[in-house]
Amino acid sequence: MAKTLFQKVWEAHTVRQLPNGQTQLFIGTHLIHEVTSPQAFGMLRDLGLKVKYPHRTFATVDHIVPTNELKEPYSDPIAQEMIEALRKNTKDYGIRFFDTSTGMQGIVHMVGPEQGITQPGTTIACGDSHTATHGAFGAIAFGIGTTQVRDVLATQTLSLSPLKVRRIEVNGKLRPGVYAKDVILHIIRDLGVNGGIGFAYEYAGSTFDNFSLEERMTVCNMSIEGGARCGYVNPDEKTFEYIKGRPHAPKAADWDAAVVRWKSFASDPDCKYDDIKVYRAEDIRPTVTWGITPGQAIFIDEKMPALELLNAADRATAEDAYKHMKLSPSTPIKGTKVDVAFLGSCTNGRISDLREVAKYLKGHKVSPTVKAIVVPGSQLTAIQAVKEGLDKVFIDAGFEWRGAGCSMCLAMNPDKLVGDQLCASSSNRNFKGRQGSQTGRTVLMSPLMVAAAAITGQVSDAREIFKV
Amino acid sequence: MSLAKITQVKAPALAVPGDDIDTDRIIPARFLRCVTFEGLGEHAFRDERTGPDGQDRPHPLNSEQAAQIAKDKKGVMVVGFNFGCGSSREHAPQSLWRFGFTALVGGSFAEIFFGNSTALGVPCVTLSKDDLAELNLFVQKNPGTEVAIDLEKMNVSAGDKTWKASIPASARESLISGKWDPIADLLEGSSAIEKTAQSLAYVAK
Repeated sequence: MAKTLFQKVWEAHTVRQLPNGQTQLFIGTHLIHEVTSPQAFGMLRDLGLKVKYPHRTFATVDHIVPTNELKEPYSDPIAQEMIEALRKNTKDYGIRFFDTSTGMQGIVHMVGPEQGITQPGTTIACGDSHTATHGAFGAIAFGIGTTQVRDVLATQTLSLSPLKVRRIEVNGKLRPGVYAKDVILHIIRDLGVNGGIGFAYEYAGSTFDNFSLEERMTVCNMSIEGGARCGYVNPDEKTFEYIKGRPHAPKAADWDAAVVRWKSFASDPDCKYDDIKVYRAEDIRPTVTWGITPGQAIFIDEKMPALELLNAADRATAEDAYKHMKLSPSTPIKGTKVDVAFLGSCTNGRISDLREVAKYLKGHKVSPTVKAIVVPGSQLTAIQAVKEGLDKVFIDAGFEWRGAGCSMCLAMNPDKLVGDQLCASSSNRNFKGRQGSQTGRTVLMSPLMVAAAAITGQVSDAREIFKV
Repeated sequence: MSLAKITQVKAPALAVPGDDIDTDRIIPARFLRCVTFEGLGEHAFRDERTGPDGQDRPHPLNSEQAAQIAKDKKGVMVVGFNFGCGSSREHAPQSLWRFGFTALVGGSFAEIFFGNSTALGVPCVTLSKDDLAELNLFVQKNPGTEVAIDLEKMNVSAGDKTWKASIPASARESLISGKWDPIADLLEGSSAIEKTAQSLAYVAK
């Protein structure tokens, strides 16, 4: 019978059926970080349990790392305590830790792919909802809670129910100045922030075929913003090429066998989906959010929606959003004053994002009224960027160049909005208070749109500013 | 490990209306800077409850009924649709549970939030849109009224009204059989786990 990648991976990792009817699913790769793991290690100790397969858990530190302070002890004692707890836990249990001193630390969803740990046909869990990022490689990857982190540490398995699969096809060529970020914002705008509940999203079509792995990661990353716990792209030659030669990639004779195995996990051409949606790439324009959920989005040249045009269910959230954002229905978002520009995060903090922006940024200056920061998602990205001279381009333009980490995506570190500052952000969430100030405002957009906002001091169309 | 069989929750209800309430709102990220879950209860919905000036804002969790729930550690939160969306942080259900909420009734729940809650023994049941609106109205008109969630009969009742409720079968089974923390069952599968590990080339070596 023809099957989807989701079904094949699920079957290969099924241990047994549990009494409650759920599947005991084997988690081949477990990623941990400092925020959602300490309590799990605490539970493990309380129960007197060991880590079953220490070599299948990998750790890094990202959320609390100050990106403007490279020496320890950090000025924030809680951050220091959290990083030390992870050092102790990984040492006690024999878990590989990509610590800040290794040159390989970074946002957990960047470290996995960079190290070749993220592979097709595998199951990947992490106490972080953006784990779907790894689905770009044809893995079934999803976020879990801390009790489940304990379950994976102790048994390398989870109690789960299978998901339905929705194929989301995007076909054709994106117009200039339109990026993977616009694609996923467009999809979420269309399907809603809860449209994906109960589904895994399979992203497909010629647009995805032509995307680099980094672009695929940007899309998969935000699956959860559409309610889908997991999103993936079928593995292809580009996937294999990305993995080849990385530290944890299969070597020598194992490589060929791995590629054969990986290919076998791709969805069969005649498999059945629970739902299919199809989009045309040329219909998508640069997209920005105007509200407090990632689904409250419009094309940059559209007006924000009139309340009476929204369906009743969306109206209350929209009213709340307009109030919080201090924006008005039926007016353009273009021209809205911006105070902060943030370029980074597990959505858009990769080398291709930095390269694309740097290509256009030369000769431009950040507006004197804007604080602009660029935060490479990982140390390896930062090193590569410096090698290419990208740091200099950003610094010359007036951006602050930072160390690797989550930074202002979620403000668990010193990078925070102040008061009702409005941030043009390449991150993934525009929730109230997300960026560290309860009255702070976030407008999500692609990296190049962030650069345009930084230069003009307002929400702008990057295609006009940079003559894209 | 022996856990309580959760077949019924009967407790004073508190309505926290609104759809798409995300986990950043339930527990702002700054409270995740910790290595235990202790003390999270008092910070549930912190930024909705307290203004930037440090003053209390009008919010259901600042009400007398909420104070009673916090005191008795017994309460049912009545919420909207897509409750708990966003981050996977277990800190969110932990903060509600530690505040005193022992069950939630809503229109729909984000999946990770739902799983995290179930593993704490906090049932999250759903009602149809119209029934939820009716329950909400009833709770708002009768502050502190008791709501009963019956997981065996799969209904929710308040006053003299009863509505049909839903919950995924596996979660219901886990709760009513007292196996909502899955660790015991997972550990039992040890030999089957090893067999699966051996069958996966990237794991075995």
